[in-house]
Amino acid sequence: MAKKLIDLVGISKSYGDKVILDDLNLYLNENRFLTILGPSGCGKTTTLRILGGFETPDKGKVIFEGQDITMLPPNERQVNTVFQKYALFTHMNIEENIAFGLKIKNKSKSYIRDKVKYALKLVNLDGYEKRMPDSLSGGQQQRIAIARAIVNEPRVLLLDEPLGALDLKLRQDMQYELIRLKNELGITFVYVTHDQEEALTMSDTIVVMNQGYIQQIGTPEDIYNEPQNAFVADFIGESNIIGSTMVEDRLVDILGTRFVCVDEGFGNNQPVDVVIRPEDIVLTEPSKGIIKGRVTSAIFKGVHYEMEVQAAGFEWLVHSTVLKEPGTEVGIWVDPFNIQIMHKPASEDEEQERYED
Amino acid sequence: MVKQKVIDTASRVYLIFALILLYLPILILIISSFNASPRNKAVWGGFSLEGYGKLIHNDMIMQALGTTILLAAGAALVSTVLGTMACIGMLGMKKRSRTWLMGLTNIPMLNADIVTGVALMLLFSRFVDLSFWTMLIAHITLIIPYVVLCVQPKVMHLNTSMYEAALDLGASPVYAFWKVVLPELVPGIVAGFMLSFTMSLDDFSVTYFTKAPGIHTMSTMINAEYRKGIQTELYALSTIVFLLVLLVLFLMNRKAWKKVDGVRGRKGGRQREKA
Amino acid sequence: MKRLGKRLLAGPYLMWMLLFTVVPLVLLAYNAFTGADGSFTLTNVAVILDPVNGKPFLRSIGMSVLVTVICLVLSFPLALILRKCSGNKNSFIVMIFILPMWMNFMLRTLAWRLILLNNGILNQILTALGFGRVHLMNTIWAVILGTVYDYLPFMVLPIYNALVKIDNDVISAAQDLGAGQWTILRRIIIPLSIPGVVSGITMVMVPSISEFVIASMLGGGKVYLIGNVIEQAFNSGYADIHAGSGLSLSLMVLILISMVIYRLFDGEEGESSLW
Repeated sequence: MAKKLIDLVGISKSYGDKVILDDLNLYLNENRFLTILGPSGCGKTTTLRILGGFETPDKGKVIFEGQDITMLPPNERQVNTVFQKYALFTHMNIEENIAFGLKIKNKSKSYIRDKVKYALKLVNLDGYEKRMPDSLSGGQQQRIAIARAIVNEPRVLLLDEPLGALDLKLRQDMQYELIRLKNELGITFVYVTHDQEEALTMSDTIVVMNQGYIQQIGTPEDIYNEPQNAFVADFIGESNIIGSTMVEDRLVDILGTRFVCVDEGFGNNQPVDVVIRPEDIVLTEPSKGIIKGRVTSAIFKGVHYEMEVQAAGFEWLVHSTVLKEPGTEVGIWVDPFNIQIMHKPASEDEEQERYED
Repeated sequence: MVKQKVIDTASRVYLIFALILLYLPILILIISSFNASPRNKAVWGGFSLEGYGKLIHNDMIMQALGTTILLAAGAALVSTVLGTMACIGMLGMKKRSRTWLMGLTNIPMLNADIVTGVALMLLFSRFVDLSFWTMLIAHITLIIPYVVLCVQPKVMHLNTSMYEAALDLGASPVYAFWKVVLPELVPGIVAGFMLSFTMSLDDFSVTYFTKAPGIHTMSTMINAEYRKGIQTELYALSTIVFLLVLLVLFLMNRKAWKKVDGVRGRKGGRQREKA
Repeated sequence: MKRLGKRLLAGPYLMWMLLFTVVPLVLLAYNAFTGADGSFTLTNVAVILDPVNGKPFLRSIGMSVLVTVICLVLSFPLALILRKCSGNKNSFIVMIFILPMWMNFMLRTLAWRLILLNNGILNQILTALGFGRVHLMNTIWAVILGTVYDYLPFMVLPIYNALVKIDNDVISAAQDLGAGQWTILRRIIIPLSIPGVVSGITMVMVPSISEFVIASMLGGGKVYLIGNVIEQAFNSGYADIHAGSGLSLSLMVLILISMVIYRLFDGEEGESSLW
């Protein structure tokens, strides 16, 4: 079992009368890649800033290896941050940037030189010591920001949407780079993003947040395959979310048709939300499906076709490698295992409302 | 955390100290303008509006005031037009010629005002009689760099594809310029106008050397007359000028605040002031 | 007509600057190097070496250096505090500091006369409190005080502008890497504020070195600066425009040289390690 490193206990934070975080509880283990995922304004950046020491929570504690560090300023924490817009020191060259933290700790010159060299090698930018930050591309600046943080050998590296400003190709390259870095360094990464694809690719654990509350914690597979509520299902990937009724264990009534499923324990005749991923819907001959419908549109997406099927008064989103032309009568069939049943949200709190960070 | 508190308190004390230092002289001018004491203005001799009455009937001060405003407005206007044209012209230039032109712009900025004034006087006195027009030319020369400095960065950050898009949509170059390019530059142009206007109002040295006999701006009038027993009028004038400035500031600030309110207003709230 | 920005638009500006800044300076140089009979001479540029002119010249340099240092020392903390204020949307406080700049500087100087006169407000207060009088009026200290007061905003604003450009994340990053308040100030904030400091120093030093009207209003003719010498050379009974031109040229060359040295020094500073 991995060792517990940081524990956030009952953290609350508000600005004025706007509540950002409300009684948040979360722990991080050693040597993990943890991603906090959510829309802007969900409180993920604030959580990160509390971890880094840039914000003090109104209530709650930050425990680092059993020690309360809630009031400890950032410069005394064994945690380093990679900032969203890099925040490189533009008046210093790359070497001075990377050496900044080490010089403050009064490390020897030779130690610093070796460390800088090592860090630059690690981020694939050897030989850039004397360049100025302005002369580097966005992706290179990003790597320098990472190098500058990791030379201090932090126990935890915090990354605040570090790839947000990069273009798609570079972003994908950097994702693999980050996974490699994490494995080489063996430290914990806490990564904040609103990009679900990024989160699914890199993480060991994903924390989905919305409106200051944690919606679900789990492995990428858990989060994708078994979302606990409509928000998570909607935010991660594409999905058909249908208000339905749980007739009894393993039997759900979707839009007037009974589907066999594998979930139990929701009670009898209870309202639930059903999630079916578009790639889990199988289009068959009309007679072989559970319900009948008609294809209304079909778009080629490269890997698959994206089709919309009108059936039982609902527009089903379907991904399939087999094209059914618009106008075709089809049957819809879903493996019972792929029907994910969720509780209806308890309150309006969980309904998503976007506002700026 | 205690250290932070000490720093915060020290900051506040320093800020207040600076504000007092900055406003004390102005406050004293205002109080003095209401002081009835005839000779020594440092002694309170009772409340009086006499200074204001005398100010209105003092033709010399009123004329100087008129000249100052006319001069500043005219010079700022001409400078803004010439300066803005120059900035747009610079877009079409190679880097080298642009650098040369900016170097030229820096001459009156870096030169001492007194040298600029003296040099202009030498030019004028050689070829023409000193008049209001020589003063206007001198002021334009002095303030035009400030317009260029305000407008030039805006021009350089201009998104030229917007202009091209306007052309693409069928606009003539002139129409595209007026409707698409100029609105982008307005903040810089306004700032340039305001700054150059202020610089002209405040100038003494250049005016002093290039003015015609018998014409005064506020600055040269004060310099010539401040010993001659018109202090009360000048204090009254200071008070009025200060209140005017305060009013302008207040209006500008209110507009700014309204804008903030408009953006921050609740979803249902109407958005006022779309500027 | 495809590209935005016709070089021709800069034409009027170029003509204006050539005619009214370059030509006058050429004329100034011509006058400086010729005698009353029009023949070439070096006597006019050599008059600066005469102690009668040299002493005020050195006094001006000393005074402007002192004024600049005082302004810098007062302004830096102020700009730092203002940066913090503007962080929480308080642009109003910044406006408050610009406001006095809008008052005519002659009127502001007049206010200091009122305060510093021997029977002025300062001495009234000191006497009332039982202290002795101070005789600041008509000394160089009064002139320094007035000059600092007039030019302080020209130091505060550029530094403030440089400081607000520093991203809060950059400061957070330094803190994150282990820097305390003092280290952040020394290694991040001060180096990044250098451009503002440079232009602040320029904007205070250049006008204060050629100052002559504050000197005559608060120095009462007892504080004789190079500006006063030049003014006398052109505007008194003993007017000698050739000697005046020579002195103006010396002043201009001094400013030019110090600017070049200053920028060079600053350039080296910027490139070398700031640790």
